[in-house]
Amino acid sequence: MNARAQDFIDVGALEDVPLRGSRILRSPAGDVALFKAADGHVFALRDECPHKKGPLSQGIVHGRSVTCPLHNWVIDLASGAAQGADEGCAQAVALKVENGRIFVDARALAPAHG
Amino acid sequence: MSEKLVVIGNGMAAGRVLDHLLERDPARYAITIFGAEPRVNYNRILLSPVLSGEKTFAEIVTHDEAWLRAHAIDLRAGVTIASIDRAARTVTDSTGATTAYDKLLLATGSSPVIIPVPGADLAGVVTYRDLDDVEAMLAAARKGGRAVVIGGGLLGLEAAAGLAQQGMATSVVHLMPHLMERQLDAAAGYLLKGAMEARGVEVLTRANTKAIRGEGARASGVELEDGRFLPADLVVMAVGIRPNAALGKAAGLTVNRGVVVDDEMRTNDPHVFSVGECVEHRGQCYGLVAPLFEMAKVVAARLTDDPAPRYEGSFLSTKLKVTGVDLFSAGDFADGDDREDVVLRDAARGLYKRLVLKDDRLIGAVLYGDTGDGAYFFDLIKSGANVSDLRETLIFGQGFTNAGGGDPNAAVAAMPESAEICGCNGVCKGAIVEAIAAKGLTDVNGVRAHTKASASCGSCTGLVEQLLALSLGEDFQKASVEPMCGCTDFGHDDVRRLIKAKELKSIPQVMQDLHWKTSCGCAKCRPALNYYLLCDWPQDYEDDGRSRFINERVHANIQKDGTYSVVPRMWGGLTSVKELRAIADVAEKFNIPTVKVTGGQRIDLLGVKKEDLPAVWGDLNAAGMVSGHAYAKGLHTVKTCVGTDWCRFGTQDSTGLGVRIEKFMWGSWTPAKVKMAVSGCPRNCAEATCKDVGVICVDSGYEILFAGAAGLHLRQTDLLCKVATEDECLEIIAALTQLYREQGRYLERMYKWSARVGLETIRAQVVADAPRRKALFDRFVLSQKTAQIDPWAERAQGKEAHEFVPLKPVLAEAAE
Ligand code: SRM
Ligand SMILES: Cc1cc2nc3c(=O)[nH]c(=O)nc-3n(C[C@H](O)[C@H](O)[C@H](O)COP(=O)(O)OP(=O)(O)OC[C@H]3O[C@@H](n4cnc5c(N)ncnc54)[C@H](O)[C@@H]3O)c2cc1C
Ligand code: SF4
Ligand code: FES
Repeated sequence: MNARAQDFIDVGALEDVPLRGSRILRSPAGDVALFKAADGHVFALRDECPHKKGPLSQGIVHGRSVTCPLHNWVIDLASGAAQGADEGCAQAVALKVENGRIFVDARALAPAHG
Repeated sequence: MSEKLVVIGNGMAAGRVLDHLLERDPARYAITIFGAEPRVNYNRILLSPVLSGEKTFAEIVTHDEAWLRAHAIDLRAGVTIASIDRAARTVTDSTGATTAYDKLLLATGSSPVIIPVPGADLAGVVTYRDLDDVEAMLAAARKGGRAVVIGGGLLGLEAAAGLAQQGMATSVVHLMPHLMERQLDAAAGYLLKGAMEARGVEVLTRANTKAIRGEGARASGVELEDGRFLPADLVVMAVGIRPNAALGKAAGLTVNRGVVVDDEMRTNDPHVFSVGECVEHRGQCYGLVAPLFEMAKVVAARLTDDPAPRYEGSFLSTKLKVTGVDLFSAGDFADGDDREDVVLRDAARGLYKRLVLKDDRLIGAVLYGDTGDGAYFFDLIKSGANVSDLRETLIFGQGFTNAGGGDPNAAVAAMPESAEICGCNGVCKGAIVEAIAAKGLTDVNGVRAHTKASASCGSCTGLVEQLLALSLGEDFQKASVEPMCGCTDFGHDDVRRLIKAKELKSIPQVMQDLHWKTSCGCAKCRPALNYYLLCDWPQDYEDDGRSRFINERVHANIQKDGTYSVVPRMWGGLTSVKELRAIADVAEKFNIPTVKVTGGQRIDLLGVKKEDLPAVWGDLNAAGMVSGHAYAKGLHTVKTCVGTDWCRFGTQDSTGLGVRIEKFMWGSWTPAKVKMAVSGCPRNCAEATCKDVGVICVDSGYEILFAGAAGLHLRQTDLLCKVATEDECLEIIAALTQLYREQGRYLERMYKWSARVGLETIRAQVVADAPRRKALFDRFVLSQKTAQIDPWAERAQGKEAHEFVPLKPVLAEAAE
C-alpha cells in the first residue's frame, strides 16, 4: 500500500473525466492530459502534440484516439504515437484505476531534477 | 463427522460450494449455514422472471428443505452473523448465540448501493436484491401507478421491464449517455433503448437524480438535477452493488473493496475461506455468477484437501434477461488502434454485431438482436485461438450461412414507400420506384424527367441512384459518391436526406441505421452529424459538445500557445463607452496581453488563459456583451457602414439594418461560417460584395447579394434579388440562410453550396416561391428559439465547469 502511495498519486474520480472528453492536470513538470474514451477507458499523455506542442487535451476524442486541435494530427491515446502518415510520439504517462479513482505516475508530476 | 464447517450467507455461491463439497466427500463436515434471508436458498438471477410473473418463487428454489434434511445440514434461516472471533474460532449471531467452527466460509454476497440523495430513506423506495424486494415491488405494482427505476444497468432494466409488464407506468433514469454502458457500446445501447421503449418503458439518459421527494413518509417522485420532476409511487434504486465485507473487516481479515483471497480462495486466516461477490481476487470484485461458480469448485477442493484446482480470475459475459430482448456482451470491446473492429449492422432486422480483434485473436464481442453465436464467440475469447483463417466470415457466426451484411443499399431498401426522397419537389420513394418500373427508367436523368426527383438542388441524387440500383440490380452502374469519411460509404447529401426521411435523431442512431463502419465515428464525421441533427431537429436534438471542435465546445478560439481569444459581439460594429470600458477593465484585470481591432469591426482579446474564460465572460456579460461566435460554424459578423445616420451619400439606415439582421440571426449554426455586411450606398464601404450575404442600399430599396468570399478564394457576390423594405430584406435573408443550413454540406461555405446547387435553383425557392420562402423563414425562426442562448452566460454560471477547471492531485495522506 505504501509503495503505491509513493509511486502513484490520486488525481480524481473516474467521473471527473467526461466520456469522450478530457481533463487537464497541472504540474510543475507541465500539463498532463487525462482522456476517457467512449468505452470508459482512461489514458494519460503529456499535454503536448509531437507536431507543434498543441494541447491534445483540447481535441476531439474518438475511438481510442484524439485529434489535435491545432493541425489535426491523430494521436493514439494508449501509446501517444501519431497515426497515419504523421510521425512522432506524445509522451504516455502511466496510470491506474482503483476503486473508481485515477492514480497517475508520481514521476510525471514532479519537476524534472537536473 | 468430526470437523465443523460454518457457512455465513445462504446465497448462490454458498449453495454451489456445498454442492461440490457434498459430491467430493459427503461425510467430512458437520455443516451449519447462517442465512440472513428467512428462507431456503434460491436462484437469485431468476428473480426477474418472478417479478415479471413468468415464474413463481417455488420454481427458482435451488436447495429446499428436503435437500437440507438429506445432508443433515443445519440452516439457521433469518439469522445474521454479527461477529467472528478468529482466535476462539467462533461466530456470534444476532440472537447472541455462539457457534464454533473448524473451517469458516464467508459467502455474504453484496448489498445494493443506495445513493445518498435526500429522500432515499422514504417508504416506497426499494432496492433490487432479494425476494423481499421483489415482493415489495409486486405489492406496489398491484396498486398500479408510476414507477421510476434509478439506474439503467442490467438490474435496473430487468426491474423496469418487470414492473412495466406488471402494469406500472415505468421510467428508467440513467446517469450515463447510453444504457448498460459497462457492457455495451453506444450503438447497442441505442438499440436497447428502443427495445425498452417498445416495452412501454420510458428511458431518460444523462439524467442525474437530485432528490426523492415525498408526501409524508412516502416517496412521491424523483427530482432530477436539470429540474425535471418524475412523479412516482415506487422508486427502485439499482445503481450498483458493494461487497459485504464489513463482517470480515471487523474480524481483522484483509479487506480492500472486498475480502481479499488468494488463488486458493483463502483469506489471510488459513481457517477462513471466502467466496462469491464479497471477495476481492487479484484486485477484482465480481457481480455475476459465472466467476462464483468457478471459485466454488476451488473452495470445495481445498475443503477436501485437494491442492490441484486454482482460481485465476474469470472472463465475463453478460446477457440481459428481458423477454424478447436479445443482447450479449463479453470480453473487452473498447476501441483502440491496436485492435480491429468487425461490425455488422442490419438496420432492417434490428441487428448489430461487433467483434473486436487484437493480434488475430478475438478479445471482445457485442451482439444485439441475434445472440445465437454468443457462446461460440465467448469460447473463442476464452481460448484465445488464432482466428485469422476465419476472419472474413467470423462475424456471421459459427453456422455462417447467407447473412447478407454490408450491403450499402440496405438502408434505402428499408425505408418506407412514403419516405420523402426529394425535398425540393416532394417526391417519395414509392413514386420513384413506381416510375422506374412503369416507364422502364434506367438512369438518374430518366427519373428526373419523369418524377422531378433530383431535378432541383440535386442533393438526393445518391438516393435516387440507390433506388435505381435496388430496382435494376446488376444492370445499374451508379456514379460514385464521395463518402463523408472512412466511417461510412454514404456521402454528405445522402446522410442528410436519410436523417430526415428516417427521422434519425441522435448520432448513435444515425450510425446504427446507416451502417457506420466504426463504433463511434471520427473527428470528421462526428462534428458533421452533430450539425445535421441540430439543424434538422432543433427542438429534440441535444447538442453533443464532445462532437464539436474545441473552439465551438468552449466558445473561444484556441491560439497556437493553447491560450484563447475572446471576441464579444458589437452589433453591426457599434460600440459604446460602457462596452469599451468593460473591455479595458477585463483586459487589465486578467492580464490579457493583446487587444486588437479585427477585420470584422469589433475587438479581439487575445491570449486569455482557459481557466479565466468563465470569469472574463462574466464581466463582459455584466456590461451587456455576449459571444461574438468568432469561432463558430455560424453567424460571425454583420459589418455596416454609417449610412443615413451620418454619411452624406447614405440612402438607407444601413447601420440600423445591420444591427437588426445581427440581432435576429446571431446564434444560428450553419454548415460553415457566415459573414454579412450592409452598405448604405453602392460605394460599398462595408465590403458587402465579398460576403456570404451582403446588402447594398439604394434609393429605391435594398439589393440582396450572396455567395461572396474574400478568404482562401476571392469571389464577388451574385445578386439574389431586390426588395423595397427592411422586412422583406430580413425574410429573404433568413430564408436563404435556412436553405443553406438544410442543404449545405458540413464545412461547405455558402459560395460553394451555391455553385453546386445553382443560383437559379436557389432563387426559385427563396425569391419566386413565396409559400416556400415563408416555410423556410418559419423553420429558421423556430430553430432560433433554442439557438439564441448566450453560451458565455451559461458557462459564466457554471455550465461545463469541468472544461475550465484543471484536476487537482490529492495529497499523499489523502491517497492512502
Ligand atoms: C480576428 C480576425 C483577424 C483580425 O485580427 O482582424 C480573424 C482571425 C481568424 N480568422 Fe479570419 N479573421 C478575421 C476576419 C476575417 C476576414 C475579414 C472579414 O470577415 O471581413 C476574412 C475574409 C472574409 C471571408 O471570410 O471570406 C477571414 C478569412 C478567414 C478564413 C478563410 C475562410 C474561407 O472560407 O476562405 C479562415 C479559415 C477558415 O475559416 O477555415 C479564417 C480563420 C480565422 C481564425 C478563426 C483561424 C482559426 O481557425 O483559429 C482566426 C481566429 C483568430 C482569433 O482567435 O480570434 N479567417 N477572416 C478577424 C475576425 C473578424 C471578427 O471580428 O470576427
Ligand atoms: C435481480 C438480479 C438478477 C441477476 N441476474 C444475473 C444474471 O443474469 N447473470 C449473472 O451472472 N448474475 C446475475 N445476478 C447476480 C447474481 O445473483 C450474484 O452474482 C450472485 O447471487 C452472488 O452470489 P453470492 O452468494 O456471492 O451472494 P448472494 O447470492 O447475494 O448471497 C449472499 C447471502 O448472504 C446473506 N448474508 C449477508 N451477510 C450475512 C450475515 N452477516 N449473516 C448471514 N447471512 C448474510 C445475504 O442475505 C444473502 O442471502 C443477478 C442479481 C440480481 C439481484
Ligand atoms: S457606403 Fe459610402 S455612402 Fe454609404 S454610408 Fe458608407 S460611406 Fe456613406
Ligand atoms: S500541434 Fe498538434 S497537429 Fe500541429
